[in-house]
Amino acid sequence: MSASSAFNDEKGGSSSVGEPEYGHDPASGGIFSSDYKRHDDLKEMLDSNKDSLKLEAMKRIVAMVARGKNASDLFPAVVKNVACKNIEVKKLVYVYLVRYAEEQQDLALLSISTFQRGLKDPNQLIRASALRVLSSIRVTIIVPIMMLAIKEAASDMSPYVRKTAAHAIPKLYSLDPEQKDQLIEVIEKLLADKTTLVAGSVVMAFEEVCPERIDLIHKNYRKLCNLLIDVEEWGQVVIINMLTRYARTQFLNPNINESLLEEGGEKTFYGSEEDEDEDDEDKDKKAEVATMAKRKPYVMDPDHRLLLRNTKPLLQSRNAAVVMAVAQLYFHLAPKAEVGVIAKALVRLLRSHSEVQYVVLQNVATMTIKRRGMFEPYLKSFYIRSTDPTQIKVLKLEVLTNLANETNISTILREFQTYIKSMDKDFVAATIQAIGRCATNIGEVRDTCLNGLVQLLSNRDELVVAESVVVIKKLLQMQPEKHSDIIKHMAKLIDNIQVPMARASILWLIGEYCEHVPKISPDVLRKMAKSFTNEEDIVKLQIINLAAKLYLTNSKQTKLLTQYVLNLAKYDQNYDIRDRARFIRQLIVPTEKSGALSKYAKKLFLALKPAPVLESPFKDRDHFQLGSLSHLLNAKAGGYQELPDWPEAAPDPSVRNVEVKESVPEWTKCSSREKRKEKKVEKPFYSDSEGESGPTESADSESDSANGSESVSGSEVSGSGSESEESEEGSESEEEEEEEDEEKDKKKKKKELKKKPVQESESEQSSEEEEEERKHERKSKPRKSDSETESGDEEESESESSQSESDESESEAEVKKKKKAAQSKPPAKPVKTDGKKEKKEMSLLDLDDFEPAPSPQVTPVNSFLSSSLVTDLEGLSLSDSVLSPATIAPSSALKSYELLHRITGEGLSVEYCFSRQPFSPDANMVAVQIQFTNNATSDTKNLHMEDVKLQSGMRVKEFPEIELLPAGETTTAVMGIDFCDSTQAANFQLCTHTRKFFVSIQPPVGELMRPIFLTENEFKKEQGQLMGMNEITERLTLDVKCRNEHTIVQRVTTAANLSRVPCGSDKECSPPVPPPPPDHPVHRFAGRTVTSSSLVLVTVATKEEGAAQLTVNCEKMVIGTMLVKDILQALTQ
Amino acid sequence: MIHSLFLINHTGDIFLEKHWKSVISRGVCDYFLEVKEKAVEPENVPPVLQTPHHYLISIYRDKLFFLSVIQTEVPPLFVIEFLHRVADTFQDYFGECSESIIKDNVVTVYELLEEMLDNGFPLATESNILKEMIKPPTILRSVVNTLTGSSNVGDKLPTGQLSNIPWRRAAVKYTNNEAYFDVIEEIDAILDKSGMTVFAEIQGVIEACTRLSGMPDLTLSFMNPRLLDDVSFHPCVRFKRWESERVLSFIPPDGNFTLMTYHVSSQNLVAIPVYVKQNISFFETGSCGRLDITIGPKQTMGKMVEGLMVTVHMPKAVLSVNLTASQGNYTYDLATKVLVWDIGKLNPQKPPNLRGTLSVQSGAPRPEENPALDIKLKIQQLAISGLKVNRLDMYGEKYKPFKGVKYMTKAGKFQVRT
Repeated sequence: MSASSAFNDEKGGSSSVGEPEYGHDPASGGIFSSDYKRHDDLKEMLDSNKDSLKLEAMKRIVAMVARGKNASDLFPAVVKNVACKNIEVKKLVYVYLVRYAEEQQDLALLSISTFQRGLKDPNQLIRASALRVLSSIRVTIIVPIMMLAIKEAASDMSPYVRKTAAHAIPKLYSLDPEQKDQLIEVIEKLLADKTTLVAGSVVMAFEEVCPERIDLIHKNYRKLCNLLIDVEEWGQVVIINMLTRYARTQFLNPNINESLLEEGGEKTFYGSEEDEDEDDEDKDKKAEVATMAKRKPYVMDPDHRLLLRNTKPLLQSRNAAVVMAVAQLYFHLAPKAEVGVIAKALVRLLRSHSEVQYVVLQNVATMTIKRRGMFEPYLKSFYIRSTDPTQIKVLKLEVLTNLANETNISTILREFQTYIKSMDKDFVAATIQAIGRCATNIGEVRDTCLNGLVQLLSNRDELVVAESVVVIKKLLQMQPEKHSDIIKHMAKLIDNIQVPMARASILWLIGEYCEHVPKISPDVLRKMAKSFTNEEDIVKLQIINLAAKLYLTNSKQTKLLTQYVLNLAKYDQNYDIRDRARFIRQLIVPTEKSGALSKYAKKLFLALKPAPVLESPFKDRDHFQLGSLSHLLNAKAGGYQELPDWPEAAPDPSVRNVEVKESVPEWTKCSSREKRKEKKVEKPFYSDSEGESGPTESADSESDSANGSESVSGSEVSGSGSESEESEEGSESEEEEEEEDEEKDKKKKKKELKKKPVQESESEQSSEEEEEERKHERKSKPRKSDSETESGDEEESESESSQSESDESESEAEVKKKKKAAQSKPPAKPVKTDGKKEKKEMSLLDLDDFEPAPSPQVTPVNSFLSSSLVTDLEGLSLSDSVLSPATIAPSSALKSYELLHRITGEGLSVEYCFSRQPFSPDANMVAVQIQFTNNATSDTKNLHMEDVKLQSGMRVKEFPEIELLPAGETTTAVMGIDFCDSTQAANFQLCTHTRKFFVSIQPPVGELMRPIFLTENEFKKEQGQLMGMNEITERLTLDVKCRNEHTIVQRVTTAANLSRVPCGSDKECSPPVPPPPPDHPVHRFAGRTVTSSSLVLVTVATKEEGAAQLTVNCEKMVIGTMLVKDILQALTQ
Repeated sequence: MIHSLFLINHTGDIFLEKHWKSVISRGVCDYFLEVKEKAVEPENVPPVLQTPHHYLISIYRDKLFFLSVIQTEVPPLFVIEFLHRVADTFQDYFGECSESIIKDNVVTVYELLEEMLDNGFPLATESNILKEMIKPPTILRSVVNTLTGSSNVGDKLPTGQLSNIPWRRAAVKYTNNEAYFDVIEEIDAILDKSGMTVFAEIQGVIEACTRLSGMPDLTLSFMNPRLLDDVSFHPCVRFKRWESERVLSFIPPDGNFTLMTYHVSSQNLVAIPVYVKQNISFFETGSCGRLDITIGPKQTMGKMVEGLMVTVHMPKAVLSVNLTASQGNYTYDLATKVLVWDIGKLNPQKPPNLRGTLSVQSGAPRPEENPALDIKLKIQQLAISGLKVNRLDMYGEKYKPFKGVKYMTKAGKFQVRT
């Protein structure tokens, strides 16, 4: 059947145009003509105007292709539809085209222009798909076009198109290897790409085109390590395998000292070769390994450590190939003490599909030879079930055998005993072999095993007996003198055993040890002589062998028998046997003609033979990279890259240092996690340029590893190698002494925090040159936001004790501010949500903190009075809200925040500010004015927002879609957000016609209120209602520049959307309170929160020498607390 | 990497082929078919074969062989894992993965394969993304398609691949938002003749079904995460959160997916829910044997054991069986020599029993090994390791989803040696 299918296929696969398919279905003769008709109507359908007909035709054609039928004669009709509008038709045409283009090169060229047009399409997905199909068409003539397309796509804006370009590289290479040099250039360029989307594909291209150009990796090594966790699964496998090879060429063997100590013999054997040209000193070194180890302690390269650390989490991948890739990386690269971590993950894979088990067990078998200890704890996981497929059973057996040692051998043998009874005879045979190997390896159990095997000789299954005989033979060879009774026993078996191999083994044993069984052996020969003609060839050879040996030792009894046997053999059909007989006759029977050799016949035949070594077929397989196809087959597969030996001395590690580029490539589309890392990566650069001291930096990476994150990413961009090493070492030691250093870390973190404001104010000057730097800084922030919130939290609880120490509160306020800054720009999503959560918890914490504060007079009266007051004031506030912006709004310019940076936004930059205008569609919303600037060269269309994600209760009124924003233009829009009186961010997607950006708007607490007009009397009355828990007081020292009335008012109104309570009025209508001295005025401000209309009252009472007291009264304590901080900051800066 | 793919049914017919590079004649499959003929069971065909010019890597799933042709070095697991992913995708799309269903949907299958591999390198393997590009067939849609001539290829270009959460479809909307989690634990055990545990461990998996609008960010925490020894995650799970806090934090894919698999640490003793008393013997004289199996509850944590089933692979010599079951019924397949006793619910008061005689081929030697018993069972509402989900929180969306967690314990590879 198979042969005929091959024949069919050749017909079907390679037949030229229009050749009918004779071979395909010989049973139904009519198929030939109907085929032709069918093709005709397909052509008709393809030519029609209706998409549905075309689609139907294409579906039928693709079905033919799928079945392997020849549809090549339809090529002209199909190719016409390549420009069809219908997407599905188009897709199917592509499928067809790629399949048959190679056969129909000329016609295929007709389609090229369509793809060339596609390459210029504004939509990235269309560009990518055009490149994909174009590069899949295997027509040599279009190589230059492909080359051009790839080059262009490699610098495309869209990472998806760049990924497609990476895929196209090996395609072009296989079509025309001449292009290699040019393609390497493209690969080099794409390797520098910083998106996870591209990384896997370009490394794959690298592996297929130029795996020997390891030098291209240097600059990208750290980046690849850091991106690894976010690359898609398949890319991870390729990258890890490549990095394993890379590491082998660049780093020192981490086990160098141990391996020399342990496998000293072996090493020196190799070593002597390598070192022949080296001086004597080196040889001395080898001799005194221990001293060398002392003299030259091994220090792991930080990059080596980086690789090991960043790959480790991938052991938890769901993808078996990724787990295996990491496992082999650890096996080949990790220090011996660390390799153990992979065992658990590999054992987990044994639960997977049987094919996965098969491959994993092969690799485990190889590993167990080198590192037995690693898998010993999982011994039982390799126990065999009767339902396992045979190949799995045999592999598990192999692993069990490799794991056997003095301590566990008894359990293993007991387990083996149950296996021997299995119905699967191949498996039983393998078990017997395994027992034999255990017996040779572990001296203690040799006799037990031998006895067990001898018992098996009486097994009813012949195969079992035969296998036992073969194994016993090998074992006996080790100590024959002790076991003559076993040999006798086996001699008796020869009557019954029919398996040739077993018979041959017994005969060999008897011949070899005929001195131990002098009486039986001639008799055996007699029997054998009788049945000689009916024996198998190997048995015949052994009979001749036995005869010769007996003739030499006991010629009296066996001379005639031997001659008889030799005569029979002389006329045997097999030339081997005839040859052997002739040869032996010459050797043992002395004649005149026989030469000198016959004198030595006895020595030749009865020489002591070394016992066979029973070793695992997996021994030394680890010279192949584990997990590879070559390892599995134990033969080099095509395209296999040898795993290089460790270098004697480490090559220069500085090649991996990356200079910081001023222009940041357009890597906007990166996954969130990656972004986080990018930020981390940039951090050291940033802190470097800011002149941050060395220790602080290493402290930074320390805190990283303490947080359980992959650290050291910092070393990527750092200017000098030594520095990164320093931080590396720091974090390494940190791992062990985590807890000890925790305290220290916190302090350092605080120090860092304090450093921040300086940097921030610098960046706020926002000159064009600083744009870049600012970006770095921004990026470096969210990474910190976690730790910031943490420490913010901590400090908050400190403020519970309500110290008025200004230093303390200052740092607190800064924390807040920075947090806001960090969140008001497009940050990485997960980080943000994390942060959000923690924030929420924090604000809850606030409440808890303040709850115990005693407030006896407040509550009962409050609830009664406030309700009437609210209604009372409502009318007022309404009219005020119209009035106030015009009259009382601060004159200073509104502070604007960045929503989307122009680089992240691919040319679109977005800023927002709180306009403090009432939002007319909904009074409960805060108006946010958004300013869009299109810095790109192309127009941006359909700007709108989507996918709004809010905390419960919050609402958003979207801005109307902006249909067109021409290049270089700026436009503004207003949206409303009901923040529900919380500073939770509103998250949404800003969409253009091509892209979506995740952005969030977080309001400063001061924007959550609207000003109201109150007289001083009213103010005091209200203030009286909001005492106790609702009142927060802070002492402060006013900034030098800020001691006059005007600045104070201005600063407060900038920080919060409040209106000033006219102060002169208190003289008129406030008899109870004596007016304060004129040189120490009191400033009062009032407002209401936007959503719940809770009153917010702020009082700043100035005193001598800039001292002041700030009081905030607000029903919403959280708002109050936050407002205090904001105003404090505004006044003290 | 992967050069070509052939789908072969269990009789050896090649019913689908797809090439990603130049065309390879299907004659290459002959090497495989030869080996397959020799192997008694299809499971015994080695997954990796070497031919003079190619390497063949195959998997066997649902009575189908997925055979891929490789020309150069590639990690075998890479290919195997990918082929399983292909089979999973078919399963996901068509509900089952059989020859007839693939033949019926050959165009969709072809489109899928086209998207999954580019030049032999995996391109889109996440089902959420694939579904955006190629809509899975439904009865309604196929009716509509035939009437209107519209297609099952998404007319919107897929954006999922470009998003920074590549496993999730964009713009998901549901009227009922729900998230269900099934904690399923399997007991793998080998018991010896006397009922002693030779080896036992618990493997668990959390299967999730999330139908949530927008971009929900979920956090799932356990009461006792220390139980978990070794875990593997869906790519959506943030590994760092797990490392530091032992909570699962993730933005889920849309629909069904496996959130995590775990292994319960070996320090914990494994509760074996049932005991098995068995006596199978073959007489030296006469051609018969005796069989007597009783199953009773052991450590069931007060829960009902359901779906109890015993499978015995009898020695070849056993011709027929004559048994009586006190509960449930049994079948004996003469061709495969498999005895299946379907018990159903386990009655703790009256342990079910199966006994009777086995008739052995006359003249054949007495089978020397007693067949092992494979036990299947199910216990609802119990995770045998004691793992408990503490809470599920959702961030990033304001609606309240309906949440549910279900526990189940099953017998995995549960074998009693006799």
